[in-house]
Amino acid sequence: MINRKTAFIKRFIQDFYLVLIVVFLYAPIATMTVLSFNNSKSRTQWGGFTTKWYTELFSSSTIMDALYTTLLIAFVSSLIAVIIGTAAAIAINSMKPFPRSLLMGITNIPMLNADIVTGISLMLAFIAFGISLGFKTILIAHITFNIPYVILSVMPKLKQTDKSTYEAAMDLGATSVSAFFKVVFPDILPGVLSGFLLAFTMSLDDFIITHFTKGAGINTLSTLIYSEVRRGIKPSMYALSTIIFLTVLVLLLITNFAPKRKK
Amino acid sequence: MNKKLLSGPYLMWMIGFILIPLALIVFYGLTDKSGAFTLSNVLSISTEEHAKALWLSLGLSLLSTVLCLLLAYPLAMILRTRGMGQGSFIVFIFILPMWMNFLLRTLAWQTLLEKNGVINGILSTLHLPNQGLINTPGAIILGMVYNFLPFMVLPIYNVLMKIDDNVVNAARDLGANSLQVLIRILLPLSIPGIVSGITMVFVPALTTFVISNILGGSKILLIGNVIEQEFTKGSNWNLGSGLSLVLMIFILISMALIAKYDKNGEGTVL
Repeated sequence: MINRKTAFIKRFIQDFYLVLIVVFLYAPIATMTVLSFNNSKSRTQWGGFTTKWYTELFSSSTIMDALYTTLLIAFVSSLIAVIIGTAAAIAINSMKPFPRSLLMGITNIPMLNADIVTGISLMLAFIAFGISLGFKTILIAHITFNIPYVILSVMPKLKQTDKSTYEAAMDLGATSVSAFFKVVFPDILPGVLSGFLLAFTMSLDDFIITHFTKGAGINTLSTLIYSEVRRGIKPSMYALSTIIFLTVLVLLLITNFAPKRKK
Repeated sequence: MNKKLLSGPYLMWMIGFILIPLALIVFYGLTDKSGAFTLSNVLSISTEEHAKALWLSLGLSLLSTVLCLLLAYPLAMILRTRGMGQGSFIVFIFILPMWMNFLLRTLAWQTLLEKNGVINGILSTLHLPNQGLINTPGAIILGMVYNFLPFMVLPIYNVLMKIDDNVVNAARDLGANSLQVLIRILLPLSIPGIVSGITMVFVPALTTFVISNILGGSKILLIGNVIEQEFTKGSNWNLGSGLSLVLMIFILISMALIAKYDKNGEGTVL
């Protein structure tokens, strides 16, 4: 009886703790969502339900331009990172231990380094190479920090693939390219896709590296939010936040809970 | 042989956009405006203004890291004892905010903490005095803990989930109580996750300029703010690079710790 009671109390404390952390994590996000529907500009008074901030958001050309730039950069940088990264993963996987760990070491640099250092270093390099800061430099910077995520997603899948199936395809007369696309690629496809989505999300989320490599006259959503925040927050930013949160939620639900192919 | 050629584009990319840029920081950091070698950029960390920013950054980021650890470890333990597996929705809930736009998460706290923000609004409806919450070191710590907590939870959780239940059961059969199981079994086995969590919180917290800018106002300068301003406003790139080199010492220490305690990458997020 006593044991059941203590077990009950223990469970209760645990549940309470979990709820407390969930509140801590989500209360700020929920507050912004509520404020995005608030008719009054005040943050403390409820002025009735409205969707006008969403209308304002979608009719603002600066925000829509920034959204377009953000999505374009996220998509193109992830795509290029997937191509370069997958090719690199295949190469690294077939290497001897020493060059392999050397390359993996370089791969880890942008992931472990502080974003501010990566951002500054890229900015210095672009200026040294004579590339003027703008869309192109943001794109290059995003590809650079996206490639490692692709490699780290594809590598585990490559290690699971059976070398002999590839060799069998070659023995049966397939060229190495068609053997790769017909035999190896379907096996590593889940890794490639999750690498793409991961890169896409990282690119959407990045602020610091973009801040240093963007130059004047171009904004992604992150850099736009930053400049807005310093001028005082407009409620349309809350609307934007709600939309971004829902988008991230859906993207992650798909990547985490999509039915997985069984071996 | 053929396969290795596939790494060509990658190698060129990494040399051009990772290694050369880092070399440039070292070059700028160790030269003056005319290109002559000097240590003055690096040594300027000891001037009063910069040293103060560095100590404040170290203090705030260490405190946030400790707070994250104290919050995250019990959380990860509960998730483990409840047997919530990698694919569980409950675990997903704790990881999700990590992917939410970083600026918007910080913006949320500004909304809550500001002078005429949500918390003060609630206080005044309760007829309680308003609090000066924003633009304090406390607000910055709150912002750091909030932003980086999932980065501590995830690696610790990953490592704890890998510990075999039989190991815990064996310790209990041999007479260990819950505290002894925690101290002698679970903690030592979860060190890779703890170390990787610590570096994943400490490095971004130490180098941030966004959180201090939005939640700390313009009066509280962290080392990240000093460096950012040298590049965007002051445009003394040599000084900014020199200070970045000092920061990189701390990043290298973190990397070395990871290499030492998390050899198999058990605590990594992916």
